[in-house]
Amino acid sequence: MNIDINLILPEIFLSLSIMTLLMIGVFKKNSTSLIFNLSVLTLLILSALILNLSNIGETFIFNQSYVIDDFSNFMKILTAISTIFVMSVSADFLKSLNIYKIEYPILILCSLLGMMVMISSNDLIVFYLGLELQSLALYVLAAFNRDNILSTESGLKYFVLSALSSGLLLYGCSLIYGFTGSTNFIDISSNTYEVPYALTFGIVFILVGLAFKISAVPFHMWAPDVYQGSPTSVTMFFALIPKIAATCVFIRFLYVPFINMIDQWQMIIIFISIASMIFGAVAAIGQKNLKRLIAYSSIGHMGYSLAGIATGSIGGIQSSITYITIYVIMNLALFCCLFMLRRNNNYFENIDDLSGLSKNHPILSLSLLIILFSLAGIPPMAGFFAKFYVFMAVIEQSMYFLAIVGLLSTVIAAFYYLRIIKIIYFDPSKDKYDTNHSFGLKISLLVSTVFILFYFIYPNSLINIISKINII
Amino acid sequence: MNIPILSSLILLPTIGAIFIFFSKSNVEKYNSSKYIALFISTANFILSLYLWFVFDNSISEFQFVENRKWIVGLVNYKVGIDGISILFIILTTFITPLCVISVNTTVKKRLKDFLISILLLETLMIGVFCSLDLVVFYLFFEGGLIPMFLIIGIWGGERRVYSAFKFFLFTLLGSVLMLVAIITIYWLTGTTDVEALYEIGIETKYQNLLWLAFLSSFAVKTPMWPVHTWLPDAHVEAPTAGSVLLAAILLKMAGYGFIRFSIGLFPVASDYFVPLIYTLSLIAIIYTSLVALMQEDMKKLIAYSSVAHMGFVTLGIFTLTQQGIEGGIFQMISHGLVSAALFLCVGVVYERMHTRLIKDYGGVVSVMPKYAIVFMVFALGSLSLPGTSGFIGEFLILMGAFKKSFFVAAVASVGVILGAAYILWLYKRVIFGKIINQDVKKLIDLNNSEIFILWSLAIPILFFGFYPEPLINTIEVSINNLIEVYNLNLENYMVKNK
Repeated sequence: MNIDINLILPEIFLSLSIMTLLMIGVFKKNSTSLIFNLSVLTLLILSALILNLSNIGETFIFNQSYVIDDFSNFMKILTAISTIFVMSVSADFLKSLNIYKIEYPILILCSLLGMMVMISSNDLIVFYLGLELQSLALYVLAAFNRDNILSTESGLKYFVLSALSSGLLLYGCSLIYGFTGSTNFIDISSNTYEVPYALTFGIVFILVGLAFKISAVPFHMWAPDVYQGSPTSVTMFFALIPKIAATCVFIRFLYVPFINMIDQWQMIIIFISIASMIFGAVAAIGQKNLKRLIAYSSIGHMGYSLAGIATGSIGGIQSSITYITIYVIMNLALFCCLFMLRRNNNYFENIDDLSGLSKNHPILSLSLLIILFSLAGIPPMAGFFAKFYVFMAVIEQSMYFLAIVGLLSTVIAAFYYLRIIKIIYFDPSKDKYDTNHSFGLKISLLVSTVFILFYFIYPNSLINIISKINII
Repeated sequence: MNIPILSSLILLPTIGAIFIFFSKSNVEKYNSSKYIALFISTANFILSLYLWFVFDNSISEFQFVENRKWIVGLVNYKVGIDGISILFIILTTFITPLCVISVNTTVKKRLKDFLISILLLETLMIGVFCSLDLVVFYLFFEGGLIPMFLIIGIWGGERRVYSAFKFFLFTLLGSVLMLVAIITIYWLTGTTDVEALYEIGIETKYQNLLWLAFLSSFAVKTPMWPVHTWLPDAHVEAPTAGSVLLAAILLKMAGYGFIRFSIGLFPVASDYFVPLIYTLSLIAIIYTSLVALMQEDMKKLIAYSSVAHMGFVTLGIFTLTQQGIEGGIFQMISHGLVSAALFLCVGVVYERMHTRLIKDYGGVVSVMPKYAIVFMVFALGSLSLPGTSGFIGEFLILMGAFKKSFFVAAVASVGVILGAAYILWLYKRVIFGKIINQDVKKLIDLNNSEIFILWSLAIPILFFGFYPEPLINTIEVSINNLIEVYNLNLENYMVKNK
């Protein structure tokens, strides 16, 4: 069997760089900054390598268990680029907590490798391998601030619950294998003409595992604690990148092997979607900690992205991908703002700490204003378009109930975003925060905010790329 | 036309806002930013007058249409105006410079941000009246919430936070259903282009639900009874310039939306729901007039009177007669001027006395004679005395209503009387009588900029009261066409059902 090495080159390059970086880190003293810079370089080269594959079209390798197509390329580039942003903004923060260590970039790269495998997987086993690789790295990252009790707690919590969900997922895999005789997505899809009920059980178990990974209701319980407990830069990673990979797997798993069984899984997705939207909106209202609030808001956002997946149409998938892309950029910007709440090397993360921010930091407040209105889905920010595409797809399938519930929960969610804006703009001001931020942080905030604000001028930029994606 | 005149109208205030954002102005005086804002908004006003000048009011088609690709395959950025929209655009560009001038006395802090908000709001409001695509319309319509939320929230009174939230959430709640309807229309017809939709028409079996979804948004914005409760709060807490923009223009978006979308797109449903609108309008007219009579706060009183006047507007529009709709539009323009002026009048004394309670005033005429005169003009305009623009509007509306139903018109006429009662009583209690409160004696009469603002509102009120021709001529053909198309659609539907 001949395999074009180019197809798998990004993954090979990434694994080799991880090992090299680890070696450099172990044998060279005080090399943390070097490792950080090298890992950013690695990510840049990685993005270029993936970009190089963009014209290949759909190609299967390794006995059809690994797939390279527009979808996987887009999602991989999205993960790689967002990881670059995460790396470039987190250095200062890690230094302030005294956890500026070589393991951090290496673990992030490991997790990224796992996600790339997940994204390209066309086989249950490959998919599970990727998932475990990314999860193991994430457990360590969650507990990375090991002297902090909240951080270790969140690491342990995430580990236990995640292991449970992986168990369920694996059980689902075995059920599916048992009833279709294959672990390969394409083989499974050709074996599902007669649908035994037990196969539905398999799907349900896997959906539970995946819903856990993207923290959709009712498998969201870990998210607020882990988000709050982990160091903020890790929270940022948690909130952005595993969601991209998990959404990707969600889509591929449901649409490649089981598109014929849409009647079986559609109601489940709709339920998870509605529950996440409503719960995310309602539970965030009472929060005092910004990271916790972001956790609930991301639960809500996952609900919207699932609404696109629930449609069972190509437009739905595309809208869901658009949603997740814009979601990643919005949250990236929000976390950048969070990193700017620094005074004498202390980082602040309570909503009250934002009080009267607009007086002393007009630019930062303006960015927050744009980001929060965007998260609330108010036009003309990018967040509105994300919701717009999703509801276009949802209404195309005449799922009016989902659309109306979704939009009504937007109104509820708008309340807590408005509350933050109120605190920033209407409340009395507090002490100034430091303004000497790193270049990477400033540029990340600038880029993402400008994208959010000016997306409406040329919305085709994203749509043109995403409209090529077709996996049915 | 090679110059995209409508897009320039829409963009100019934004460009001004960007200039102000980057201008380094003196922190204490903010002079440069104010002059930029004034210059830009005046330029926009002149541009809109030029637009009116070159506007051909003998044809009913949309003019100055610009159509650009926007979201490929879904939505085009399409703007254009006809006789109905141009008046609202001019109203917007006319009111905005006055608001900019009025900040002299009323806005004490963060003037720069305030001016930016006002200019952005102007962009969005003009956009609402120009857009010929449902999605573009929605974008402008909803986007207006952001600056208004900030205006109420940052520069408002004591309960500003509550009011800002109520305003934002009420309106958003109404609008999301409209978004569902817009997307549904797209999937039913394959387009959101208003002109194309007029041609294609929307299947009658869907019209009722879609109409209700649009109503949910417009009713909140109008505001119609029973979802009007946000308005008094928002008005009372908003700073003067905010109240003026809210009353003069933001409320008109919904009235405009009723004419352009509810009637234009869903003729059958509009016909079906006429009794509903009549009922809600009559309740609004009578009930809120009675509520206004009981108010002790001047701004609240005027806010309730706005609800009542907007009740007349919706009543007029849904008589679906030439006179009724003309009256509705005329009343909206007139109310835009009158209510803006009344809020400015309240602002004038509020800045001096820091109270809005009616009982704290009395006998103002002896210390502020110039103020008393100009206030009188607006009070009379509000109660629609013949010779003011308010009269033409209400007269036409009642004429339209009498054509359709004697009972409705009779009840609405009672509203006219109540309207006279509360505004005259307000005037009497504030302006006449003995001076009880010693602070009133210290009041200083209008300064030059206030005289300028108030008289530049009073003159059009009187002018159009005596000579309504220019306005009527502008809207006549478009409305004629609207009614014709509406009747045609209705007839087709009747024929089909037989």
